[in-house]
Amino acid sequence: MSTNAVIELDRLVVRIGQRVILKDLTGTLTGRAIGLLGPNGAGKSTLLNTLLGFHKPFSGTARIFGHDIRTHARRVRSLIGYMPENDSFIANMSGIRFVRMMAELSGLPPAEALERAHEAFFYTGLGEVRYRNIGTYSLGMKQMAKLAQAIVHGPKLLFLDEPTNGLDPPARRRMLDLIREIRDRGDLHIIISSHLLRDVEECCDQVLILKDGRIADTCDLEEERRANRKFLEMETKGGSEEFVLDIERLGCQAAWSGNGRVKLVMPDGLDVRQIFRIAADRAVQIRRLNFRRDSLEDIFLRAMEDQPPAAAPAPAPQKEAVHGRL
Amino acid sequence: MAVYKKTYRGYDGPVTPEWSRFLVLTRYTWEDMRRSRFLTLFLLGTLIPPLVFALIIYLRHNLSALELMGVKPSNLIQVNTAFFLNFLGTQSMFAFFLNSFIGPGLVSPDLSNNAVPLYLSRPFSRQEYVLGRMSILVILFSLMTWIPGLMLFGLQSYVEGWEWFSSNVRLVWALTLASMLWILMLSLLSLSVSAWVKWKPIAGGLLFGIFFVAAGFGAAINAVLRTKWGSLINISYVIGAIWTWLFGDPKAGAIFFRVDNQKELPVAVCWIAFGATCVFCLWLLNKKIGGVEVVK
Repeated sequence: MSTNAVIELDRLVVRIGQRVILKDLTGTLTGRAIGLLGPNGAGKSTLLNTLLGFHKPFSGTARIFGHDIRTHARRVRSLIGYMPENDSFIANMSGIRFVRMMAELSGLPPAEALERAHEAFFYTGLGEVRYRNIGTYSLGMKQMAKLAQAIVHGPKLLFLDEPTNGLDPPARRRMLDLIREIRDRGDLHIIISSHLLRDVEECCDQVLILKDGRIADTCDLEEERRANRKFLEMETKGGSEEFVLDIERLGCQAAWSGNGRVKLVMPDGLDVRQIFRIAADRAVQIRRLNFRRDSLEDIFLRAMEDQPPAAAPAPAPQKEAVHGRL
Repeated sequence: MAVYKKTYRGYDGPVTPEWSRFLVLTRYTWEDMRRSRFLTLFLLGTLIPPLVFALIIYLRHNLSALELMGVKPSNLIQVNTAFFLNFLGTQSMFAFFLNSFIGPGLVSPDLSNNAVPLYLSRPFSRQEYVLGRMSILVILFSLMTWIPGLMLFGLQSYVEGWEWFSSNVRLVWALTLASMLWILMLSLLSLSVSAWVKWKPIAGGLLFGIFFVAAGFGAAINAVLRTKWGSLINISYVIGAIWTWLFGDPKAGAIFFRVDNQKELPVAVCWIAFGATCVFCLWLLNKKIGGVEVVK
């Protein structure tokens, strides 16, 4: 059992009726914010629901902060805040009363629950409408109210199921800002299940990609970002093979395509300014210089194409090798 | 932390005992119910019969008051098993009407608004959810049935003395247990109907139907098939038979529940029918109340 693991999946199999939805999931998630990606029907919601105890594992198990979901379901749920995908509220309640009740159900005494409900509403930007009936809220407000009820009791792990669903661009921006702010405070871990790769890319440092109920890939986005800093694509005017040889003397691997374009793999510790110095000495104009950016979309699409899907998270050096090809 | 500090923070303060969490639902449900003026008046109205019954007990032992009113003690109702059975019957009807009014709205709003996952994603189980919703009915119906019943019994024992108390002590547990059974049946029926029928007026009507239409249907079966087993689908009959057995006075029970001596069902069968109905209601609740609705 890993000491810093947020979620450990241990040969987890979940069946609903006769259908096997999650197939032998094994892996460890350690990120501060973990994205859960996959096409429709991949098993994202089933995985969240299983971790919440709504579905019983058919075999295998999962652990959250070391607590087995089979044997310590109640303890696990006391650590979790859950923001469901669909509309979930009690129509005839004011926002503040609804969130207060949810806090009390999580075990907060009434006075503390009320205080924190007010805080949660102000934090999510609904302070001015907190006494209004939830049924009268707009879709964006309802999303924020769901977030408020998910964080009101101060969970250690926050499950956000499609948090930006149906939000207009400003509301989406506000939601993502909030998620990042919560993540950066470091008090809790976040699991975001989303179809929107950009949302996950903006908020998460680790990604679990599901396909047909199996783990198609796991990816440490921070590691990817660091790895991508080594790859350069240059467009030059006046560049020559001598220029490339000079660059290679710095320890780079370079590929010259003949039309002024150079692709580089830089060694650790090399400052890109040294390449500019060589270009200046050789009177070569660097018209364009990009760090290669392997987007989450690339990673996702690759995971969708790969057969057979990987069962366990690949170690970081292997991933670098995979994504580091020129 | 003041609300102007708009920032997220964890919580590491005190928490309430786990066993008491279901009472949060009960408290919130009660607060919602208090807003209804009709309900408040109805609850106050249910206090009238216990006062009338208490007055009868008082008058039976106050000759000067009777003389003042010109009433002979022999003309007043006897305080015996039939007296308490009548009291419980009256109050149980009030409980039934109240149940038809509030019961259908207990679970259906949570299901139609998809709120159940929010409850169950917390350290709060399905059993606690049902218990929390049921508790409000149990508390209100208890205040209408066995609690005033025991107070009447206490008053009668006080004015009659030890001899009456010792010879009628059976009434204590008969009153309590009979009320509990009625409360359990009403609560489970209304919660399960509420879980399956989302429209409140229909659910209320269905509750009436379960009692009255089923009773009529049972009577029709008895008449057509010349049997007595049709009464098994008559919940009032089943409960009445158990009550009569609990109070130990078949004569009083037969009069109160209008039971034909020739068509009496064995009490054990009535107990089985009662248990089966409760289990069926629990099964219905189990099918509906969950974190996710599984479509197989």
